[in-house]
Amino acid sequence: MAEFWTGYAWPAIWIGLQVVAIIIPLLLCVAYLVYAERKVIAAIHLRRGPNVVGPYGLLQPIADGLKLFFKETVIPTGANRGVFIIAPVLTFTLALIAWAVIPVGDGLVIADINVGILYLFAISSLGVYGILMAGWASNSKYAFLGGLRSAAQMVSYEVSMGFIIISVLLVVGSLNLSDIVNAQRHVWFVIPLFPMAVIFFVSTLAETNRHPFDLPEAEAELVSGYNVEYSSMAFALFFLGEYANMILMSAMTTILFLGGWLPPFNVAPFTWIPGPIWFAAKIAFCLFIFLWVRATFPRYRYDQLMRLGWKVFLPISLAAVVIVGGVVLAFDIQSLVK
Amino acid sequence: MIIQSLAFYLFSIVTVASAVMVISARNPVHSVLFLILAFFNSAGLFVLLGAEFLAMILVVVYVGAVAVLFMFVVMMLDINFTALREGFLQYLPLGGLIGLVLLLELAVILGGWIIAPGAAERAAAPTPAIDSVHNTEALGQLIYTNYIYFFQAAGMVLLVAMIGAIVLTHRTRPGVRKQKISEQVAREDSIEMRDMPSGGGI
Amino acid sequence: MGLLDRSARTIFWAELVSGMALTLKYFFKPKVTLNYPYEKGPLSPRFRGEHALRRYPNGEERCIACKLCEAICPAQAITIEAEPRDDGSRRTTRYDIDMVKCIYCGFCEEACPVDAIVEGPNFEFAAETREELLYDKDKLLANGDRWETELAARLEVDAPYR
Repeated sequence: MAEFWTGYAWPAIWIGLQVVAIIIPLLLCVAYLVYAERKVIAAIHLRRGPNVVGPYGLLQPIADGLKLFFKETVIPTGANRGVFIIAPVLTFTLALIAWAVIPVGDGLVIADINVGILYLFAISSLGVYGILMAGWASNSKYAFLGGLRSAAQMVSYEVSMGFIIISVLLVVGSLNLSDIVNAQRHVWFVIPLFPMAVIFFVSTLAETNRHPFDLPEAEAELVSGYNVEYSSMAFALFFLGEYANMILMSAMTTILFLGGWLPPFNVAPFTWIPGPIWFAAKIAFCLFIFLWVRATFPRYRYDQLMRLGWKVFLPISLAAVVIVGGVVLAFDIQSLVK
Repeated sequence: MIIQSLAFYLFSIVTVASAVMVISARNPVHSVLFLILAFFNSAGLFVLLGAEFLAMILVVVYVGAVAVLFMFVVMMLDINFTALREGFLQYLPLGGLIGLVLLLELAVILGGWIIAPGAAERAAAPTPAIDSVHNTEALGQLIYTNYIYFFQAAGMVLLVAMIGAIVLTHRTRPGVRKQKISEQVAREDSIEMRDMPSGGGI
Repeated sequence: MGLLDRSARTIFWAELVSGMALTLKYFFKPKVTLNYPYEKGPLSPRFRGEHALRRYPNGEERCIACKLCEAICPAQAITIEAEPRDDGSRRTTRYDIDMVKCIYCGFCEEACPVDAIVEGPNFEFAAETREELLYDKDKLLANGDRWETELAARLEVDAPYR
């Protein structure tokens, strides 16, 4: 019996607690990211944004969530019920499980696996299925076109993202996320690898279907794309999944290029602030750029999007792998960052 | 240990069951979805074997890219599958024969370890001990040393396939007007800035 | 612009960066919109909002059931029934406005010979059910009582132009 407790029960409870400790703040962040988006875009438009529900409108996301929760779930007649219901659940789950490997501080990570960055990449490449399934199962041409567009877009931009991740891996010489962050002690990778960081960020915009690459949900042509037929909690799950993915992609950018939990300068006033706060601040910065870009640029045309992905980003990122690989080998960078 | 074996049975049962569903599901899209489930659970089996790199690559390549293309094609197909199944019995002998040949070949391969007992040893020999390097590193050391020619040959085959596909589909059609973004952006005579007196026109 | 200049602008994303800089500048500018539920914009005395039935200062209702408003209403949103009261004066027994049909054209107000039916300054009468928007005489009179000072002031300001 003692073996049962020490061997199975306590580890299980401990893992459960860790999961809760990640997921609850994450969901809160998602809710307030929606609020932040509305406020930031309103400020850029010289508007006020939500300001009535609670002080400064701070309870607005909770009111929105409750509203969606109490709506009726509508399943269209021609829809493929099983797939229709699985799709939003899949999207939301995938957005959450990726956080298992994200190190929020030195050693503060649920699963410090050796292939962390590959795991992240694999999970983000699975995200396309939720959208594809939703588009197909809705039995609606708008949803279907939105799903197809989204799938093609995510697959195209994943390629250049993959190559840029490889060029970072070449510098670090490890696939472990904690190692990647620790390799940035001396200088954040955003400085030596600046063009790659920019391309990576733009690719994450396309990967999360955000402006200016939000063609899958282009209101003007596709009503709202793959989630037209969804209502109530199913829609809420898609919505939360999209924003959770934004946070995840910002976390990935932070880990790969902005030095994760490391302070910008390794001197006294900066080192007093604990790592997770630096990590959160950097994620918030990336998210602000997400929103800032949304408020600034008009939507791409679909052929321009594909041209950018395949004819501009892919060759540049391929060249980056070759050049970075050559430099790393010639100057023995890997031993420098170790 | 119990957890490990439970996980193994979970993954393997789901893999086999979804593999069966791939060929028995009526809806082709469901077939592809079950195929993805099967891939995913095989990735789980790889993780249990300690080959996490292979597991992740399986998910990234097969689930993230290949199956998406499958899905694309199958979703857009509008085939009457009952009409296709009508000729099923006619092809049964041929299909059965191919299945039998594959089964025999599998048996020969598996039997190879018994027929030539040194084979397994030879294949496993260059792998360093599991506790000294990660399996990613071990895989790299094998691929880029012992099997470098095979690896390069595989790369060449893929390159040729890619170029072939591009050559087959890429044709220049006359009379098509294409957007030249750089020229469009660099055009200067389209905008003219003028100071306007208030109350007056141009 | 020379080729070098042009390609430098493309490579360094000059247009994109200047666009981002512009929006960032606006981000820190003061807001130009009203803080709506707490601040409201000015309304013209001719603003046509929620309907109200007015009374004379002695408390007698103005409406004499001439049904001109009912006749002129282009959306046929007004329904009136009338009969003589005990003291012999002609008054409505029913005065309904279907606020869902109403197009807020203000013709009823124009047609009224005694300034009884008016459209007031209130535009915040959203309701949760449709039934709440089917106004009857009591509701309209209550509106008139509540908004009377404002309605009288508006009519007076607008009188020279009528």
